[in-house]
Amino acid sequence: MHIHKFEKIWLFFGIGMLIVFLTTVGIGAFAMGHQPASNIQTIDPEKVHETAPFDNPGVKKVGENQYEVVIVTSAFAFTPNTITVPKGAEVKFIVATTDVVHGFQIAGTNVNMMVEPGYISKYTQTFDETGEFLILCNEYCGAGHHLMNARIEVIEQ
Amino acid sequence: MMKTDVVAKMDGKLAMAHIYVAFIALLLGGTAGLLQTLVRSGKFILPAGIGYYQLLTVHGVLLGLVLTTFFIIGFLFAGLSKTSGTLSDKVRTWGWVGFWFMTFGTSLTAGAILTGKASVLYTFYAPLMAHPTFYIGLALVVVGSWISGFAMFAHFAKWKKQNPGKVTPLLSYMAILTMILWLIATLGVAATVLIQYIPWSLGLVDTIDVLISRTLFWYFGHPLVYFWLLPAYMAWYVIIPKIIGGKIFSDSLARLSFVLFLLFSIPVGFHHQLTEPGIAPSWKYLQVILTFLVIIPSLMTAFSMFATFELYGRSKGATGLFGWFRKLPWGDARFFAPFMGMLIFIPAGAGGIINASHQLNQVVHNTIWVTGHFHLTVATTVLLTFFGIAYWLIPHLTGRVMTKAMNKLAIVQTIVWVVGMTFMSSAMHFAGLLGAPRRSAFSTYNDSAQAIDWIPYQIAQAVGGTILFIGIILIIIIVINLSFFAPKGETEFPIGEVEEAAHATPMILENWKLWVGIVIVLILVAYTIPFIDMIQNAPPGSKGFNNLL
Repeated sequence: MHIHKFEKIWLFFGIGMLIVFLTTVGIGAFAMGHQPASNIQTIDPEKVHETAPFDNPGVKKVGENQYEVVIVTSAFAFTPNTITVPKGAEVKFIVATTDVVHGFQIAGTNVNMMVEPGYISKYTQTFDETGEFLILCNEYCGAGHHLMNARIEVIEQ
Repeated sequence: MMKTDVVAKMDGKLAMAHIYVAFIALLLGGTAGLLQTLVRSGKFILPAGIGYYQLLTVHGVLLGLVLTTFFIIGFLFAGLSKTSGTLSDKVRTWGWVGFWFMTFGTSLTAGAILTGKASVLYTFYAPLMAHPTFYIGLALVVVGSWISGFAMFAHFAKWKKQNPGKVTPLLSYMAILTMILWLIATLGVAATVLIQYIPWSLGLVDTIDVLISRTLFWYFGHPLVYFWLLPAYMAWYVIIPKIIGGKIFSDSLARLSFVLFLLFSIPVGFHHQLTEPGIAPSWKYLQVILTFLVIIPSLMTAFSMFATFELYGRSKGATGLFGWFRKLPWGDARFFAPFMGMLIFIPAGAGGIINASHQLNQVVHNTIWVTGHFHLTVATTVLLTFFGIAYWLIPHLTGRVMTKAMNKLAIVQTIVWVVGMTFMSSAMHFAGLLGAPRRSAFSTYNDSAQAIDWIPYQIAQAVGGTILFIGIILIIIIVINLSFFAPKGETEFPIGEVEEAAHATPMILENWKLWVGIVIVLILVAYTIPFIDMIQNAPPGSKGFNNLL
């Protein structure tokens, strides 16, 4: 098929950009480990409260500078709803829902994932700044969706 | 090939019936949209027990599904009748059957939403459970669109038989490809609604597999946006060159770009599911690659459009690098509205690349940035182009002419729309970057300092929403005028001709079996393994929750 010379240049440029973008994203994902929250681990949605670690939600120190934050979401609350972690520590959020789909987002950070019935969502983050951040549900979960929130405070070590 | 100047009267009625429903949906859905922006500003409380999420469901269903599907099917029937000959009685009858299925389905779904039993939003994610009539209505809309689609295929098959070995008229080719894309895509949503949602909401089964329902939904959800976009591209490629008095830059490139949209727009649903559990990141990345490939036909379209504009401008004696820009018919609303749509597609497309990126999605996922994005793409690029189509299609079908006064009003309408959307969508993009969520009523989240910072943006959204509502009133005035009150006369159905210097169209582009075959292979590559995984490692299903609505 005939393609005009300028169009060839344009497509060459466009496809070139595409390759650059995809390479950047690919290196970020597979060489530097910046994967989106994709944990593949199931749970019985009706037995979340009885299943470890969700039978005991809260902040746990699990290593030298490592923490696990276990959170249960249900309409329309996060349990627990106040969390304190130190600045610079590696914090793993482990979240499950007892009812419908919820969102788990810490506003102003990269922590942002879906929480779906039957699955455990995980995301690891290191906070470089101290301060109080808003945790909110960003997937519609019913009439009180916009009231569902919690706080995380990042403090000096 | 039979050519008539006026789309045969009976076909015109079928097309107009679809267009009337589309604009009624625009008025009602747009009113819901206005109220949402007002609520979100924090200065307005809904009266009479109307729920915010009920309004949000009305808005999404009426505008995302009803307005678009009805307008597109009406436009495609008109285009096929114009370029492949008048519809046979049988095809037209099936067209009406499809129309009534869709209309009846819409009223069932609307009834469930208006009685407050289906505030599950446009995406109806399980395990929030709506009244069964919500899902049954949606299924009927889809089935109705299939009936119309098969009527179109039958019409096309007849043309093929009568014109062996000939290249399909460009507009018909694009119409058929758009319907093929729609049919393949809706298989996903039909499967989840028929096999999962309806039995579950009727109580025939106790639980639903949430991840599978979401995956089937999004298998449909992305090609859906190309089902909206392709008819706009049809207008850009075929209609606009004729309106400005120029030529189609290349027939084969136009067809190739449509084929590429068919290939690359279906196996990409995971980019809507990038932040969810249960899907391996490597599969997400594969679909990110496939998603990015859609950029190629988008860039081809941009090139063709500007090539057409430049060639036209130079033929009118324009000089210099951008001299042709001033030669374009800026006072013609049939050109001006779609052109503003194209212009806005540049930032809109760039935002789309961000949304579809493996990691950037992490920042914007489910924030109101996403809402800002699709209000640029669908609610501006596509909609302004549909308005531009309405300015000649409605008078053509009703045997009237658009007066100078109406044309002027249409220019004002376009400007109002662009200004309103600039306010609303920019505010949404900025607020989203700060973390403001989408699909939420007004909330300060117990006076969180972060959330209070978002409120000025939400007020800007309300300002934009109000301006847009004025735009809706204007377009409704224009549509009513063109349908019932404009002076009688003849309006042309503008079909562009191909540049004389262009090369012949390769017949491989007409090989539907080949292209549909490749689509199926790509879908299997992108979905089979993760889908088997989801079934084999499925958690216990979820029972429904309807007490939360």
